[in-house]
Amino acid sequence: MTLLDDFMIRALLAAVGTAVACGALGCFVVWRRMAYFGDATAHAAILGVALALAFSVSIPLGVLIVALGMALLVGSLSDTTLTPDSLLGVLSHSSLALGLVAVSMMPSARVDLDAYLFGDILVVSRADLLVIWGGAAVVCGVLAWRWQAFLSEILSNDLAYASGLNPKRDRMLLTLLIAAVVAVSIKVVGALLITAMLIIPAAAARLIARGPEAMAGYATAIGIVAAIGGLYAARGFGTPAGPSIICGAAALFCLALAVSKLRA
Amino acid sequence: MPLISAQNIEVHHGATRAVFGVSLALDPGEIVTIVGPNGSGKSTLLRAMIGAVTPNKGTITKQPDLRIGYVPQTLHIDTALPMTVRRFLNLPKRVGGGKIQAALAKTGVEAIEKQQLSGLSGGQLQRVLLARAILNDPQVLVLDEPTQGLDQPASAAFYRLIETLRDDLGCAVLMVSHELHVVMSATDRVICLNGHICCEGTPDVVTAAPAYRELFGTGTGGALALYRHEHNHDHDHDHDHDHEHSA
Repeated sequence: MTLLDDFMIRALLAAVGTAVACGALGCFVVWRRMAYFGDATAHAAILGVALALAFSVSIPLGVLIVALGMALLVGSLSDTTLTPDSLLGVLSHSSLALGLVAVSMMPSARVDLDAYLFGDILVVSRADLLVIWGGAAVVCGVLAWRWQAFLSEILSNDLAYASGLNPKRDRMLLTLLIAAVVAVSIKVVGALLITAMLIIPAAAARLIARGPEAMAGYATAIGIVAAIGGLYAARGFGTPAGPSIICGAAALFCLALAVSKLRA
Repeated sequence: MPLISAQNIEVHHGATRAVFGVSLALDPGEIVTIVGPNGSGKSTLLRAMIGAVTPNKGTITKQPDLRIGYVPQTLHIDTALPMTVRRFLNLPKRVGGGKIQAALAKTGVEAIEKQQLSGLSGGQLQRVLLARAILNDPQVLVLDEPTQGLDQPASAAFYRLIETLRDDLGCAVLMVSHELHVVMSATDRVICLNGHICCEGTPDVVTAAPAYRELFGTGTGGALALYRHEHNHDHDHDHDHDHEHSA
């Protein structure tokens, strides 16, 4: 029996990998106010699950394709007269409902919907681990490569253009990364709580950080602690793993809030 | 060869033409000021020149690898992003601490490197933005109403600083300004914009031009008339002037 056969170790590796993928990217979601966009992409993932089952492709691939489609759809509709939050509200909930209907029509009728809504970390396979850590490596690699450019564009598009950057292309790149994170995180925390894994550690980190790099570092660390603590709590109390991890992150947010109040 | 030039450009905002039929060229070392009423397309023209908007018609030509230092009207600082002055000046390229100190000293804001951007006053922030613009040793400084929100002495000092910087760096300056009386004294060429270029030339020539007088009135009342005038003037060409203004 090798090390990775132990399901708890596999679950820990999956949860930590998800925290790593979400940490720095979550900061960009907070900085660019993309929380609702993250929700829309994550909700569309359920539709991706249904389509993956219907066409017998791998689930992360199906989720990735639909998440990308959602990202492109949001981009192409953003010129309409609707405000972004209304538009995202329409797309987010429509895609969730459509996904739920589509899953219910699956002939096998054996789809464990809860697993995709809330995560099912205890049945993570080695292939899943490969997808999660591969995704985390891609996300962190792209962020490190475009870090200076992304930060410049958040401060001001015009300043970025004047420096010869291309904010439009970089915004699309960030959108693709969010779609990728949704695809790799669905197994661990589920479609409904992926945005929480992006936002809560980053928001907690904002309370105690004075620079963008520190904030990304804190967010990743907070995510990892929440992942490990939440997983052990889930095993100890027999609670679902994904929500337990998010509860851990929320507890750390409260701690960061207390620290920032004491400092002030 | 000019550093940067526009050939007959037109930029649309939705259904309205914000800028149309505009050609201009900026030569090394000269200070060119764009004046015009609110909604006359001044900022849009600047944004087209730096590449932030693509003209619907016409072309923008830049010298290859042109270094542009851009100072926006203001920078909205979102507190979601923690950012010190020093870190900000290291974007998008990392530069040495010595260069940063020198740039901040030149623009008159020493010893604020470690402060958060969100904690700066309006005047400090404009000076930090100017410090950032001169960090990469620009060939062109582009400034969009850089003294908005500054009081009169502060904005007069800011324009003197820009002139000094032009002399030190030998860069060209392209700027938009509302403050006609200040600008007229410190500029080589004035472009009077109202969607299209109404008139242009040296400050003397422009202030004497009928088109300029119609837009801004005459004499000392000029600066006030900027906000007051009605846009019902007739030029001897045939496009209309009934677009909206927010003034």
